[in-house]
Amino acid sequence: MAKSKVGYTRRSLLKAGGAAIAASTLPAPMLWAQDIKDITLRQFGTGVSNLNDVAMKVKEDLGFTLEMTALDSDSVTQRAATQPDSFDIADIEYWICKKVWPTGNLQAMDVSKIANYDKIVGIFKSGKLTPESEIAQGTAPHTVGFIPEPGATTFADEQTNWMTLIPTIYNADTLGIRPDLIGRPIESWTELLNPEFKGKASILDISSIGIMDMAMVCEAMGEIQYGDKGNMTKEEIDKTFAIFTEAKRAGQFRAFWKTFDESVNLMASGEVVIQSMWSPAITAVKSRGIPCVYQPLKEGYRSWGGGIGLSSSLSGMELDAAYEYINWYLSGWVGGYLMRQGYYSAVPETSKDYMSANEWGYWFEGKESTDVITSPTGDVLAQAGETRDGGSFYDRMGAVACWNAVMDENQYMVRKWNEFIAA
Amino acid sequence: MLKNRHLLGWLQASPLALVLLAFLLAPIVMIVIVSFWGATEFSIYPAFQFDNYEFLFGSPVTYRVFGATFKYAFITWALTLSIGFTVAYFLAFHVRSQTMQIALFLLCTIPFWTSNIIRMISWIPFLGRNGIANQTLISWGLIDEPLEWLLYSDFSVILAFVHLYTLFMVVPIFNTMMRIDRALLEAARDNGASGLQTLRHVILPLTKPGIMIGTIFVVTLVMGDFITVRFMSGSQRANVGRLISNDIALLQYPSAAATAVVLLATVLIMIAVMLRFVNIRKEL
Repeated sequence: MAKSKVGYTRRSLLKAGGAAIAASTLPAPMLWAQDIKDITLRQFGTGVSNLNDVAMKVKEDLGFTLEMTALDSDSVTQRAATQPDSFDIADIEYWICKKVWPTGNLQAMDVSKIANYDKIVGIFKSGKLTPESEIAQGTAPHTVGFIPEPGATTFADEQTNWMTLIPTIYNADTLGIRPDLIGRPIESWTELLNPEFKGKASILDISSIGIMDMAMVCEAMGEIQYGDKGNMTKEEIDKTFAIFTEAKRAGQFRAFWKTFDESVNLMASGEVVIQSMWSPAITAVKSRGIPCVYQPLKEGYRSWGGGIGLSSSLSGMELDAAYEYINWYLSGWVGGYLMRQGYYSAVPETSKDYMSANEWGYWFEGKESTDVITSPTGDVLAQAGETRDGGSFYDRMGAVACWNAVMDENQYMVRKWNEFIAA
Repeated sequence: MLKNRHLLGWLQASPLALVLLAFLLAPIVMIVIVSFWGATEFSIYPAFQFDNYEFLFGSPVTYRVFGATFKYAFITWALTLSIGFTVAYFLAFHVRSQTMQIALFLLCTIPFWTSNIIRMISWIPFLGRNGIANQTLISWGLIDEPLEWLLYSDFSVILAFVHLYTLFMVVPIFNTMMRIDRALLEAARDNGASGLQTLRHVILPLTKPGIMIGTIFVVTLVMGDFITVRFMSGSQRANVGRLISNDIALLQYPSAAATAVVLLATVLIMIAVMLRFVNIRKEL
């Protein structure tokens, strides 16, 4: 008796499901607004910009659903390169783009469809922040930002109508320190290997980023003169690892970290007093009431940038929705949200409308805050009268020494990195 | 009739055979095949080359890492065996009431109600520089400076291993001990054997199959682990599993496959050698 009942329910379910499938595949005339509600775009990327608040706002403003998946940089690369059908939108860094673009898993974007293209910061177009600025070493975003024509797997040398990634978020990274436990000014990258901090230093275990931090240190120590830190020769790679392996064996490092949370915990618990760090991690430590400074250093910053890329399988209405999403992304709300966490938006002037004068002054102009600064989630990040570590946008982004990079000798570097971790 | 029975036997065995073929044998064959392939920055391509193995056997790091893996496996094995044997011995021979035995045995399994990772990570705040362990030792006046080697060291890695895997030793040893005929112990005593002699000449030989099963569990688990080593050493130490996981993270699948094949062969050889010494079928 019970059995037949189950069978009946299942059959009726199947029937209903079949009807639904028939309805959705039959080309019935429907309104765009009705259709867009059914669209789901799957976005994945590193934790920094895969925010549920953004997905919620997209639903509210644009009507379609955005599914977010946050992964670490290595997993993001892996997924973009090997599982092209598992995503519609890839939120990746520029150095990942250099690695992944040749697979053909992403499609170029038509610049003429991007409303705010003209307002995008120069770094992502000509490579120059201001007409006078020098282009830093490494995989600078503009070098992998354009391709000559749709379908090309190589990058263009100048701006074209076809963009690989639409820049969304970027920042200048440096070392994070615990001023209370160090008790003296820190001015140079060399301090990371200073024996004074034996057993209290850390770097990140992501090869493409870690190697650049290492290079900043070795160059600052005067041990190695690099031709181009972003594209080292085998000898330069060997020398760099030799210096760091020696330091590791001598017990300089407490631990290496791979995820954002690990870096926060290492710093907050006092296991580590000086380490490579990301800006919001500093914020996270500070919001626990523990002093932590994102120390500007005289040799400059190591910078990174991220952007949105479209899967090559996107087409039709989904593709239109993706363009709409990109235009919305650059229109200011997200930019304001990200800038209030300490990142920069690719189109700062649109973000200004979504920030208070105090917030704009503190985060972008490097001015003294006139009131309490809070994060988008409500945590207090700074009191009135404080200024941002490193100063204004132009001070910070103008002092970039190199970009996160993928080099020609990347495979060799990766093997050496593996050896370094095992050493 | 005979032929029919023959056919029936094959049919009965086929579901399991197919499952094993599809989900055990085929993936392993695939790994072996891929280990000869080549890799670029972002893709792998079919080939038949020995580059991956050449690099693996040519690098001193490989030997060091295999050495570290054996070291972890051996120390963990020795500690889990001594703790596991003691616990099982206590449960089997000292606790008289069966209810109590079951209750205490279940008590041993309580930590397994949470995940592996949680049990492991909860050591980190405990062992840290400003952790509970160091603070307690300082307040007792035993040390003046926090002990650095408590966390992110071989010590913390092995501690976590022992904590995670001792139960895998306890269960099979306890199981074998419960099957030992108590009359044998009485006979030993009647013949004038001391407690230690009984343990050495009666209990230990009869418990060997259990010890061997526990050993296989612990050794294979430790040899194949990568996450415990990563977390407890703060990425400072490496074992073979980490080598493989690093390769995978960097999209070097063929190289990871080659390392996996070598690791698999090593573990299989170790188990084959162990099985030469003890016949665990007696147990099953």
